[in-house]
Amino acid sequence: MNEFLEFFSFADANVRFVTIGSILLASSSAVVGCFSLLRKRALVGDAVAHAVLPGVCLAFILSGTKNPFILLLGAFITGWFSLVVIDFITARTRIKEDTAIGLVLSVFFGIGILLLTSIQHSGNAAQSGLDKFLFGKAASLVGEDLIVFSVVAVLLLVATIVFYKELMLLCFDQAYARTIGFPVRALELLLTTLTVFAVVVGIQAVGVVLMAAMLITPAAAARFWTEKLPVMLLIAAVMGAFSGLAGAFVSYTAPSMPTGPWIVLIISLIAILSFAFAPGRGWVSRIIRQRRNRSRILDENILKLLYQVGELKENFTDAQSITELMQRRHLPQNSILKGLKKLQCEGFVSKQQNGWLLTEEGRIRGRRVVRLHRLWELYLTQYLELPSDHVHEDAETIEHIITPELEEKLMEELNYPALDPHQSKIPL
Amino acid sequence: MIIHVENPVVEVHDLTVSYDRKPVLWGVDLTLPAGALVGVIGPNGAGKSTLVKAIMDLLPTSSGYVRIFDKEIKEVRKKISYVPQRESVDWDFPASAFDVVLMGRYGSMGLFKRPGKADKEAAMLALEKVGMQSFANRQISQLSGGQQQRVFLARALAQNADIYFMDEPFAGVDIATEMAIIELLRIMREQGKTVVVVHHDLQSAVEYFDWIVLLNMRLVASGPTNQVLTQELLEKTYGGKLTVLTKVGDLLRKQEIPSREKQVK
Repeated sequence: MNEFLEFFSFADANVRFVTIGSILLASSSAVVGCFSLLRKRALVGDAVAHAVLPGVCLAFILSGTKNPFILLLGAFITGWFSLVVIDFITARTRIKEDTAIGLVLSVFFGIGILLLTSIQHSGNAAQSGLDKFLFGKAASLVGEDLIVFSVVAVLLLVATIVFYKELMLLCFDQAYARTIGFPVRALELLLTTLTVFAVVVGIQAVGVVLMAAMLITPAAAARFWTEKLPVMLLIAAVMGAFSGLAGAFVSYTAPSMPTGPWIVLIISLIAILSFAFAPGRGWVSRIIRQRRNRSRILDENILKLLYQVGELKENFTDAQSITELMQRRHLPQNSILKGLKKLQCEGFVSKQQNGWLLTEEGRIRGRRVVRLHRLWELYLTQYLELPSDHVHEDAETIEHIITPELEEKLMEELNYPALDPHQSKIPL
Repeated sequence: MIIHVENPVVEVHDLTVSYDRKPVLWGVDLTLPAGALVGVIGPNGAGKSTLVKAIMDLLPTSSGYVRIFDKEIKEVRKKISYVPQRESVDWDFPASAFDVVLMGRYGSMGLFKRPGKADKEAAMLALEKVGMQSFANRQISQLSGGQQQRVFLARALAQNADIYFMDEPFAGVDIATEMAIIELLRIMREQGKTVVVVHHDLQSAVEYFDWIVLLNMRLVASGPTNQVLTQELLEKTYGGKLTVLTKVGDLLRKQEIPSREKQVK
């Protein structure tokens, strides 16, 4: 707890810098990741992330220093080169893109690990810390590194704002972008470069192995909350920032912990919560919607049943007992009871001594369902020329979804009919 | 029967297009008059969309050239508008109908510029023209197929071009949308625009278009509707597969031979 307060008081200048740096890195890669996701090239980021490792190692071997500029340059070159190789393989051979990505990812990463191991055994004292690139370490973001990487992160954010309209069109409809004279090749190159940069700065916090999660997970999670691209970018950035902050905290309080996996666990948790609880698209709201539909269908079926019994007896003033209702239609008794009680609260039925009675509103609603059912049966027999014994099942569903406008149209097209295909009266 | 016109708005010369070395369109030579409603007609796999895409410079060509307003397409992009097939994009994109129509203004806006008031007004006007103004803020995945097609059309209209290429705008739309679109096309023709439409229904083609291009891997005919839609030419277009042509194309692909020898310059 003390550590928590110590960290979040931001009294330590070092903590402040590390936190700001991590937030910038994570949110910039989240924003760039949105465009990769919408362009359906999510996996490419993974390949680039792994391909960055040999670049970092080569830069170190050649220069002998851990100067962030040089390491960044090395990372950028091999990251970029991996994309060129993927494009080349896809265009010139029969290998499809997913296979090409898999190939490039493993070959580049393999070379990277090879180089890293040989550096570690070379006895060069300056090498300590290079392995941070594997799983990331936000707390190692200090001094010159921090400034360089933060500047790149800010540039990335600025670039996506400046080229927002171009990138959006590129992701939505590339062919059209070309026909209105957009330099599509150059824009593709731009997005690729942004992705590579996002990976290169992001690996400081997360490491190469888990970098793809930082690109894609916030974007995928943000998509669940909105239908507007600017809002999606903002949400992804905030989610990224939050996980970056969490990563900095973990890195600070538990230096022996690998930061990357922690950040990825946190952003994954956010994503899972989004998939579950986002309004509209989320899993819970879909279940609620389905449940609400089921309950409405049950209500309407009960009202229909009461109406039909009344119709049969030509009497809407006497109450009907549950057993009578059950004889006409097999609904589970407890759901009928539950439904009736709910309808009672809503004022559609009233409970009498010897059973249940439709109120005026209940009768109108029940009558409408009966009407829609019979109208639809008639429509199917007339327009689809289905035999009259084939239409009941279908009408059982359709009666619950027809809107008042469609009802009006049905009545009109069927010329305000009096009888359904089974010679039952269509109540008006 | 291929009728050529003086001062054509579109001129296609000896155009051959291949996919993976297999030619799907062989040596197309045609000219189109200004102010015409042109229907590109042919069976499935005839290369109708390919022709339009090649004219728009969306596909590499194996031979030949295209000139529009007697210029190279790159010089006249702003005067040309393209309506891709509806299925060519993912409609589950976070954008509203208005956002998509606004894309029609991007070409004239220039890079990095934000859409201004005039652009937004033009986009709204285009939505009105297709009867979709009340759906401006609707998310595009929630639109019906016909409505999505109208949005695409509105995007092209927002461009204010002189010549329009539309790839199957009537595919999978309701009859009300089809009528609305054809009405719009007629108004555009009256304003002197040229509209080229890829279409698959012969019945309505007679009614809709005043110039017909019949295609089946090669150009069968191009000319005024009443001269082109003859029994003989239709049989040539639809009847009998060009088995040898297909087989030769397959051979070119298998043996990796380019369909044209390299020109010595």
